[in-house]
Amino acid sequence: MSIAIETEEAVTEEIDLSKVDALIEPYIGKKEMIIPALQKVQDHFGYLPRSAVEQVSKRMRTPLSRLYGVATFYAQFKMKPRGRYIIRVCKGTACHIQGSPKIAERIEDILGLESGETTDDLRFTLEEVACIGACALAPVIMINDDPHGRLTPDKIKDILDSYQ
Amino acid sequence: MSAINLTINETEIEVAPGTTILEAARKLGIDIPTFCYDPELSTNGACRICVVEVEKARTLVASCVAPAGSGMVVYTESERVINARRAILTLLVANHPLDCITCEKTGECKLQDYCYRYGIADSDFGGEVKELPDDDTNAFFVRDMNKCILCGICVGKCQEVIGAGAIDFTKRGFIANVGPAFEDAIEDSTCVFCGLCIDSCPVGALTPKYSLGRGRPWQVEKTRSVCPYCSIGCNVNLHVKDNEVVGVSPVEINPVNRGHLCVKGKFGWDYLKSGDRLTRPLVKSNGAFVEVSWEEALGLVTASIDEVKSRYGSDAIMGLCSPKVTNEESYLFQKLIRSLGTNNVDSYTRHCHAPAVDGMMEAFGSAAMTNSIKELSGAEAIFVIDADPAESHPIISYRAREAVRKGGKLIVAASEPIGLTDLAHLYLPLKEGSAVALVNAMANIIIEENLHDQAFIERRTEGFSAFKSAVAKHNVQYAAEITGIGENELRSAARTYAGAGKAAIISTVSTDYSAAGGGLVLALANLALLTGNLGKESSGLYLPYGENNLQGVSDMGVLPSVLSGYQSVKEKSVRAKFSRSWKTEISEKPGLSVAEIFEQDKNSAVKAMYILDENPVSCFGGEDSETVRFLGSLDFLVVQDIFMTETAALADVILPAAAFAEQEGTYTNTERRVQLAHQAVSPPGEAFPGWAIIAELAGWLGFEWSYEGPGDVFDEMALLTSQYAGISYDRLDVQSLQWPCPSKEHPGTAFLHEGRFSRGLGLFSVVDHVQAAELEERPTSECAVAHHACQCQSESMSKRSVIDNFTRTCGR
Repeated sequence: MSIAIETEEAVTEEIDLSKVDALIEPYIGKKEMIIPALQKVQDHFGYLPRSAVEQVSKRMRTPLSRLYGVATFYAQFKMKPRGRYIIRVCKGTACHIQGSPKIAERIEDILGLESGETTDDLRFTLEEVACIGACALAPVIMINDDPHGRLTPDKIKDILDSYQ
Repeated sequence: MSAINLTINETEIEVAPGTTILEAARKLGIDIPTFCYDPELSTNGACRICVVEVEKARTLVASCVAPAGSGMVVYTESERVINARRAILTLLVANHPLDCITCEKTGECKLQDYCYRYGIADSDFGGEVKELPDDDTNAFFVRDMNKCILCGICVGKCQEVIGAGAIDFTKRGFIANVGPAFEDAIEDSTCVFCGLCIDSCPVGALTPKYSLGRGRPWQVEKTRSVCPYCSIGCNVNLHVKDNEVVGVSPVEINPVNRGHLCVKGKFGWDYLKSGDRLTRPLVKSNGAFVEVSWEEALGLVTASIDEVKSRYGSDAIMGLCSPKVTNEESYLFQKLIRSLGTNNVDSYTRHCHAPAVDGMMEAFGSAAMTNSIKELSGAEAIFVIDADPAESHPIISYRAREAVRKGGKLIVAASEPIGLTDLAHLYLPLKEGSAVALVNAMANIIIEENLHDQAFIERRTEGFSAFKSAVAKHNVQYAAEITGIGENELRSAARTYAGAGKAAIISTVSTDYSAAGGGLVLALANLALLTGNLGKESSGLYLPYGENNLQGVSDMGVLPSVLSGYQSVKEKSVRAKFSRSWKTEISEKPGLSVAEIFEQDKNSAVKAMYILDENPVSCFGGEDSETVRFLGSLDFLVVQDIFMTETAALADVILPAAAFAEQEGTYTNTERRVQLAHQAVSPPGEAFPGWAIIAELAGWLGFEWSYEGPGDVFDEMALLTSQYAGISYDRLDVQSLQWPCPSKEHPGTAFLHEGRFSRGLGLFSVVDHVQAAELEERPTSECAVAHHACQCQSESMSKRSVIDNFTRTCGR
């Protein structure tokens, strides 16, 4: 099982707080805009680093607990670093019937992680989604914006290898 | 809009539009259960336990949010309602540890009470249960979030009322919880340990450590008292079991703290049981203290004072009083010292709060805070400058937050962000030492833009034209350079303050006794005079004092030049009045002040001192200081205290006194409110209430005093003091009263200067910005939330309390 980067120093180093200020500038003084502000920060870093959320808290004069509460309420916000490539395995009915559990299992085996986790090298993050609306391609996965359909477990390795 | 008539449980009631069904039912005395509803929080109707049946409504409605409607027919305990409540309780109980046998909340747990009421013993719903570890890393309370029912009251209190913002809901669904950001321990969050979450939790999720295993709710007796720390004077219930205080809760209904406390009031009383308490009189013999009887101690005090008096005269005796003791004790103290023939009696009152006292005296003719604490929540604009009330006077910050919730505008001017910055509509991060320039610039803009109250200025003030020409030079460019605040912000601050019908100013310059403070108080007084924000509700200057009874001790005449009620010793008629009552002559010569004694080297004439609960060694200099040399050089020093202090260590005799919870007495808070505190427990060992010690000593010294109790002392004082004339223990037992209260029928005075200033007309002053470098260096006093003001009596209490942990962990 892979553990997402926990080394605080390494993460902190990457966080350029001046970027955070610029990102949330349009929302300063508008407390109702904390969700768009957090989205901007996440778009930039790929997740919500603690030091960045602390900076948002300071600049938007909103308690850190409130930001954390909002961020952990919505599934869209990620509190840990995510991979460059997000694999979304469709778990919809059609995909399920066509064998999506086996597809997910193969990805987990190759990458050594479970759904919701990220590889140590920050290459991949694996997620399960309810339905991506491409039932004709079942079983289907998406890697970032690319759909890969009509899969069998044996096709997985080559596909993953093509994302470096 | 016309009133609304509805029927609840077949009883008709008329309510105002906007009233909720819950509020209407409560008016009828109908008890509808609630979990997530709290009258001072925004409602969300989330828990559904308050559902009621409304005829013709499709579903049950949440009574806490549903407004009462005309012709509505409501049933609060119908079968449908009961079934719904039973279902909710069954679901809650399914994921709640049913360890009521050992739970500290048993007996006052809403979940338990409602389960009892609706007959829910356990749950049919099996399934997952929360298994979260306790958070007990902090010194104050344990959080067992497995018991949390997610009602959100604590979140609302922490975010809306207190403004600490330490906790919020986290995550969602089954794993939803309440806690600090990033799952931190409460100790590492922004928690201020005010304890409001504990007091408002309906279940046993939050328990103060001091209460663990210390008695069931029905085993403790609650005695009403007043918090002994700051000058707000929060009303507290002391929970007593077996003659020991085992807990404290805020009194819900009172005009001061209304169910709120801060860390000091909630947790800071455990020093009562400190092993350091003085329990027997001590006499120094060959450099060491030995325990003696009261007779021996008082005999020695009497002989020593008599000797100094006959050898050097009355003016060789001086009394120093703490601003923490009761009105009765301080009144008797100055009576005793004056009966000995001298006016050498003082406290740190004037010394520490000179800027506020002098400034307000000059501008208005009275040094007392102009308006009441509770009025603050009605202000339409609040200007906070050079203050951090969340630190120094938390209740003031809670009221300011309330004002904002009601739509008031908040302006914060501070060189560092403060506890109210998060809420401020306008935050002015001004350069340090530039407050006067900022205030003058605001005044100038107000005059320039014709926003001042011309009628008020003409009718009620003097000195305006000189002031007007003086502030003219404080144009926005000049001010921007000094303060670092731009023109737009300056104008916006001025317009907001001047544009509000009722605008209040909060500053704690009174606890900052630097020379700059004096100028700022006058500048702020100018601003209030300019806009007519005096002599009316929810306006004025909030310059709260530091210690709990600083106002009262001054009122009682613990000042070298005035008797109680600020009656001058120089006035013949005043002396005659007091002489008649006291059956003794009063000296017309003003006495020595604290400053003269400890700072100006004018102490050579003083040969004997009586120090009441005060620690000048800690306040003025420390171990190897002039203060120590002076006190050591005295022929005789008697110290009366609850602890052995650095000063007491220098005494010849130490008299053990009772602490606040151990005696009856009155205190006057910073809004001139006289409050009666009752005795909850007995003093330790042979300690006695301070007033009783002084009265006893007076007898030894040959004065014929006769008091049955502190109430008699109060009555004597009230007869001689017009501000207190209408106040008595009987009245105070029912409700606190704010002076001036001249007669038995008078309701007390919520705000001063209505119609007329104490000095007649309000006085504008010319105050210039002074460069920091030109200011006289004087120490500023510590004003942190867990301590208060100078490191005197409060510190000797707090450093023997669990609250000392708070200052350490927070590094404040």
